[in-house]
Amino acid sequence: MDVVWFVVLSAFIFCIGAAGVLTRRNPLVILLCLELMLNAGNLALIAFARMHGSGDGQIFALIVLVVAACEVVVGLGLIVAMFRRRLPIDVDRLSELRG
Amino acid sequence: MLLEQIVFFAAALLALAGALGVVVLQNPFYSVLSLVAHLVALAVVFLLLNAEFVAAAQVVVYAGAVMVMYVFVTAYVGGSDEPLRAEAGLIAQVGPLFAIALGIELTIAIVASGLQALDTRGAALAAGFGSPGQIGELLLSKFLIPFEAASFLLLVTAVGALVLARRRRGLEDIELEDGAGRAA
Repeated sequence: MDVVWFVVLSAFIFCIGAAGVLTRRNPLVILLCLELMLNAGNLALIAFARMHGSGDGQIFALIVLVVAACEVVVGLGLIVAMFRRRLPIDVDRLSELRG
Repeated sequence: MLLEQIVFFAAALLALAGALGVVVLQNPFYSVLSLVAHLVALAVVFLLLNAEFVAAAQVVVYAGAVMVMYVFVTAYVGGSDEPLRAEAGLIAQVGPLFAIALGIELTIAIVASGLQALDTRGAALAAGFGSPGQIGELLLSKFLIPFEAASFLLLVTAVGALVLARRRRGLEDIELEDGAGRAA
């Protein structure tokens, strides 16, 4: 398999994730779509690591994995805090901080 | 290498279907399950790229640990079935078009790219490429500082999650009132 197939696959996954972030209103689903976009980035990193035959891209992908896990923890914590304060779980109605 | 192509296209189709499922399914719980399928399929694609350790980490950390947390929070918050196109705002209407345009643009850029190595199988690999041994060696030598930064980030996140999850003063009143309301 040529490397280009993997990169195109990663581009498609990224676009699906971007569409989800733009269209969905439930913050849980928006977090899931962010995961999709991060995974697409990971796939591109690993494809290019294979292309160059060096392990550096894989290390980068692992670090992205760690950052994604952290992002999930904080995001889910925020959602649980919102739920406890009986705020609407809807990003369109959570506009108090809007400038 | 017919077998490789069959495995790639099967995994790629499953990954794309899982990704679409995350976006399209209305119940957040099903979205989470769809993402699990997507992550496992993506791990297979990683294996095709000789990234054994990253594939294993993906399955264990992502599809295992992180998704369990998602399932718990979805069950706790209670997934509200959100209609996909109810009173969609301007961004929600333009969003899919934007994504399709971005996809076409990226595909053109990749296919027409000047990187000649893209149309090959990649450079020749040293023995042990992508194995835990090589990854560990790189993490503890060339990439020691990013490794330590990642561990520090994990520590900061653990503290941040505790701060977010702890019970604040003033919040109990709301919960007490609500409990009394429910009892009455």
